[in-house]
Amino acid sequence: MFKITLAQFLAPGIKRFVLEAPRIARKQKPGQFVILRVYEEGERIPVTIESSDAERGTISIVVQSIGKTTRLLNSLNTGDSILDVVGPLGKPSDIEQFGTVVVVGGGVGTAMAYPSAAAFKRAGNRVISIVGARTKELVILEKEMRDVSDALMITTDDGSYADKGFVTDKLRQLIQNGTRIDLVLAVGPIVMMKAVAEMTRKENIRTIVSLNPIMIDGTGMCGGCRVLIDGKSEFACVDGPEFDAHKVDFAVLVQRNGMYRESEQRSLADFDSHADEQTARIREEQCAIAQGGEK
Amino acid sequence: MSPVARKSPNPLSPKERIKVPRQLMPEQAADERNKNFSEVNLGYSPELARLEAQRCLECAKPTCTESCPVGVKVKEFVELIVAGDFLGAAAKIREDNVLPAITGRVCPQEDHCEGKCLLSKKVKPLGIGYLERFVADYEQRLGTHVLPSVPPTGKKVAVVGSGPSGLTVAGDLIQKGHKVRVFEALHELGGVLVYGIPEFRLPKQIIREQLDYMREMGVEFETDVVVGRTVTIDELMHEEGYDAVYIGTGAGLPQFMGIPGEHLNGVYSANEFLTRINLMKAYKFPVYDEPMLDLHGKDVAVIGGGNTALDAIRSALRLGARKAYVIYRRSEKEMPARAEEVHHAQQEGIDFQMLTAPVEFLSEGKGWLTAARCVRMELGEPDASGRRRPVPVKGSEFDLPLSLAIMAIGTTANPIVQSTTPGLGTDKRGYIQADPETQRTTRQGVFAGGDIVTGAATVILAMGAGRRAAKSIHEFLTTGQW
Repeated sequence: MFKITLAQFLAPGIKRFVLEAPRIARKQKPGQFVILRVYEEGERIPVTIESSDAERGTISIVVQSIGKTTRLLNSLNTGDSILDVVGPLGKPSDIEQFGTVVVVGGGVGTAMAYPSAAAFKRAGNRVISIVGARTKELVILEKEMRDVSDALMITTDDGSYADKGFVTDKLRQLIQNGTRIDLVLAVGPIVMMKAVAEMTRKENIRTIVSLNPIMIDGTGMCGGCRVLIDGKSEFACVDGPEFDAHKVDFAVLVQRNGMYRESEQRSLADFDSHADEQTARIREEQCAIAQGGEK
Repeated sequence: MSPVARKSPNPLSPKERIKVPRQLMPEQAADERNKNFSEVNLGYSPELARLEAQRCLECAKPTCTESCPVGVKVKEFVELIVAGDFLGAAAKIREDNVLPAITGRVCPQEDHCEGKCLLSKKVKPLGIGYLERFVADYEQRLGTHVLPSVPPTGKKVAVVGSGPSGLTVAGDLIQKGHKVRVFEALHELGGVLVYGIPEFRLPKQIIREQLDYMREMGVEFETDVVVGRTVTIDELMHEEGYDAVYIGTGAGLPQFMGIPGEHLNGVYSANEFLTRINLMKAYKFPVYDEPMLDLHGKDVAVIGGGNTALDAIRSALRLGARKAYVIYRRSEKEMPARAEEVHHAQQEGIDFQMLTAPVEFLSEGKGWLTAARCVRMELGEPDASGRRRPVPVKGSEFDLPLSLAIMAIGTTANPIVQSTTPGLGTDKRGYIQADPETQRTTRQGVFAGGDIVTGAATVILAMGAGRRAAKSIHEFLTTGQW
């Protein structure tokens, strides 16, 4: 079991967990993720690693509650545990001195973009970050992103904070102003990554996106996370999760991610109807495992 | 043909033995079992086991043992069954095979011991697999394992992967007094035995019992560790103090055919389909959270002819599929699946579309599979595998309506360990290079075996590699010589 040493909401529905995971903490690199399973009957889901602390043996993950598992996860607090956490998975980001790198983070994707932005900065790049969110209170990691960026731009869809609009508006401005851009990294909702890819394709700007297909084992076995890259099957868990944005078939990704929508909605409705009871049951299960000494 | 009567407890003469028919394995009725996930085979009773065991001709040169990848002393354990010493028989098997309850169920005996059984020249071969299963289960029910005691050597071995080859290495080396720790990437131990082989063929309880036995012997296990990512082979050896490492990471990513429509919703790899069901218990949704498409009243096909293909389609049938097809491009004779599985699948009502291959997956525009366009094949000249090459029959295209298609056409090498271990040699397909006798890799102290060396094969072949590896790891640890 993996103990939660700190749980705090960054925004409504978006929670940061610091977990005791010494092996993962030692190895984590920007761009990688973990897969976790909250409890015995739980599903395995991929989750972003925001940062790690090798000395303390902890990693920090950021979770937005969307479905049953993430909602359940976000009902856990400091002192609770997660049954299984495995990683760091996926290939690390390719960090080099490229020149000027634009890092685009949309919504909770900002948490995945943040460690890469920090690494690009450390590698001597000029980092321009664009962070977008639906509304003011969903803007996360503003301070962290500012600390690792030469410039930070923020947009909200509704204009309740910073500039009204989308991250692509800011990217377009940069391009139109003649800013030299050597690389764009975009992490966020699929529609956002697709829009960024279409914009930079015309300008021939190398662009990387981090994909989030449905995944089970995450270790190169099941093949559930296959994505269509340049017309060929690749696997996000071992070939990715980062891919050349201009080669990604986003339509297939959207289609495949919708495969279990009915089941997901049913799980969520079941959970919402007796959330407290389920959380309590999971705590009991964890206590039993802790006493039994397994895991 | 020289049966040895010396001191044999067998009351039958060789001629009488040949007259006793092979005892049938009691099984669940086909039209019941195709609706549940309980085990198909129910196991011999002690009476049936002794009767079957008496059929053994006790050959002077037992070809059964020679053809067994782990060298089980068949004649000796069968003789103990005849004498009624079932625990002795189990202990005899365990000298060579640490997982008898598992191999008794999933080993393709027709390719090994039973295929070479002298009886099979005239009548049906001895039911060696059934007998092995019987004594292993008998021993388990009595709960009286005899734990070997050996002085510790002070050496530490890391085993990467808890599938059949890793468990074999661990079981063999712990009995030599080495400290053994097994690292598993998934949250559950057992590798393919757990995520791949369904409950109706290998109940998970059997695996848990074998694992408990290994824990009792002192083997340590750590789940949630992806070697290559969570920790590297070099870190295990240089920082965590392991004197040797065995890599048994198993089969890798599924292959696809590269035909149009393979990305439609409803097209699965067998690995994913089986992992959802076996590891994640998606068939118990919503008690378990992992979802699975509702197969009730749907038409499902598997593409492929191996054990994995049959496991997948028989699972689909149990999940309520209306029609369940096996689409295989060669004929039944060439199917690599275990003979018993083919037989069981036919009894359960699986529709075998032999000499057939899909050329395209079709949808009605919403991203969901609705049919497979297939072509009939005929067999031409033998190919590199020695089997006759299937050739499409012109103008034979037809559309098979389907809601689900499961691709079970093989796997490729998982790249994680190879790409994070400098100096570890691989072949041109990406599998780890290992000496076929010693299982040594190109890195000192590092051994490998099973599917990650050979490509997808069987449980027993992986165990055979584990057996050879354990022997040479022990030699390396005691002599220090590479």
